[in-house]
Amino acid sequence: MKPAVHHYTTDVLDWRPFVTPVKLDEASPEQREALKITPSNKKVSDYVLVLAHDPETLLHRSPLFNKIMFGTDGLDRASRELGAIGSSIVNRCIYCVAAHARQYNQLTKTTALVDTIFADETRARLPPREQAVFDFAVKLSAFPPAATGDDIARLSKAGLDPLDIFDLILSAAIFGWANRLMHTLGEPVRAG
Amino acid sequence: MLMPDSIASLAGLAADSPLRALLARRADILELTERSRQAVLSPRDAGGLSPTVRALIAVRAAARLGDFVLKDHYFDLFSHADGAYDLAELADPDKRADDPWLAAVLDHADRLTREPRTATPADIATLKRAVVSDADIVRLAELAAFLAYEARVVAGLRLIEARR
Repeated sequence: MKPAVHHYTTDVLDWRPFVTPVKLDEASPEQREALKITPSNKKVSDYVLVLAHDPETLLHRSPLFNKIMFGTDGLDRASRELGAIGSSIVNRCIYCVAAHARQYNQLTKTTALVDTIFADETRARLPPREQAVFDFAVKLSAFPPAATGDDIARLSKAGLDPLDIFDLILSAAIFGWANRLMHTLGEPVRAG
Repeated sequence: MLMPDSIASLAGLAADSPLRALLARRADILELTERSRQAVLSPRDAGGLSPTVRALIAVRAAARLGDFVLKDHYFDLFSHADGAYDLAELADPDKRADDPWLAAVLDHADRLTREPRTATPADIATLKRAVVSDADIVRLAELAAFLAYEARVVAGLRLIEARR
């Protein structure tokens, strides 16, 4: 059995479930309906097949996730990804960090910011706008949530309007959800 | 029953708050949030996690989070659920269930609320030893994860509202 990956990486990872995934050819009509709306090109992932054990929730969470992360107005996509990274660092979801750090790097055509976060985690020193976004996501993701009015003021000063700020709240919050599934129902392993 | 604007009311937005117009621009997201709430708290097929146990988990999570608005909201839901009387003592998150199945479920919910980063495969093995089914393990994770999401959406909105 391949060892689990416990360090930060932007490599493409596989995910090995701790519970038995639903078998596609045994899925109920309700499970099939919930699985269909997940973007899938070749095959349905084990992660989604694990979540198919609760088809009612999967049916709504998949479009919720997509609308929050891929909304076409409001906060820019890279900042939403940075919100996702902040939550995933707090909750140490290695798989989520890898997937969304990769997205962030592709969107911004940079790697330095992600490298800094990998090295210094929640204490990373970043340019002002990215710092405000990352710190807010980290604090909101803490238990209990620790963001304050001062953090909102920093976001405003960095140029985020209230809708942008709400989009950031949503992206960090939806990763509070995703991290609690991905990091607890299975583990990342090297792909291939 | 849960209203379409329950996030706004849980966040304590004033009736004339400009944030309501902002929420209207994300109406699709709030609608899916409500559908998700229904799916994790009052599903058509609850499996082994009864609506009463689900509401109990929500009360305990809100208490752990120190969010008394959410706690009151979910305590109301819990207190109207079948058999709540027998579980009422467990609304205090420091109380542990005598029943091994329920104790394992509540312990794991507590970890998901407070410190998901510490989760390991051993936690799932513990649930399986307590005869919690695979499907119920997933249902439990979705419930606890939704509650974490909701608590942060509400907390964030309160911060914007407080600054206007």
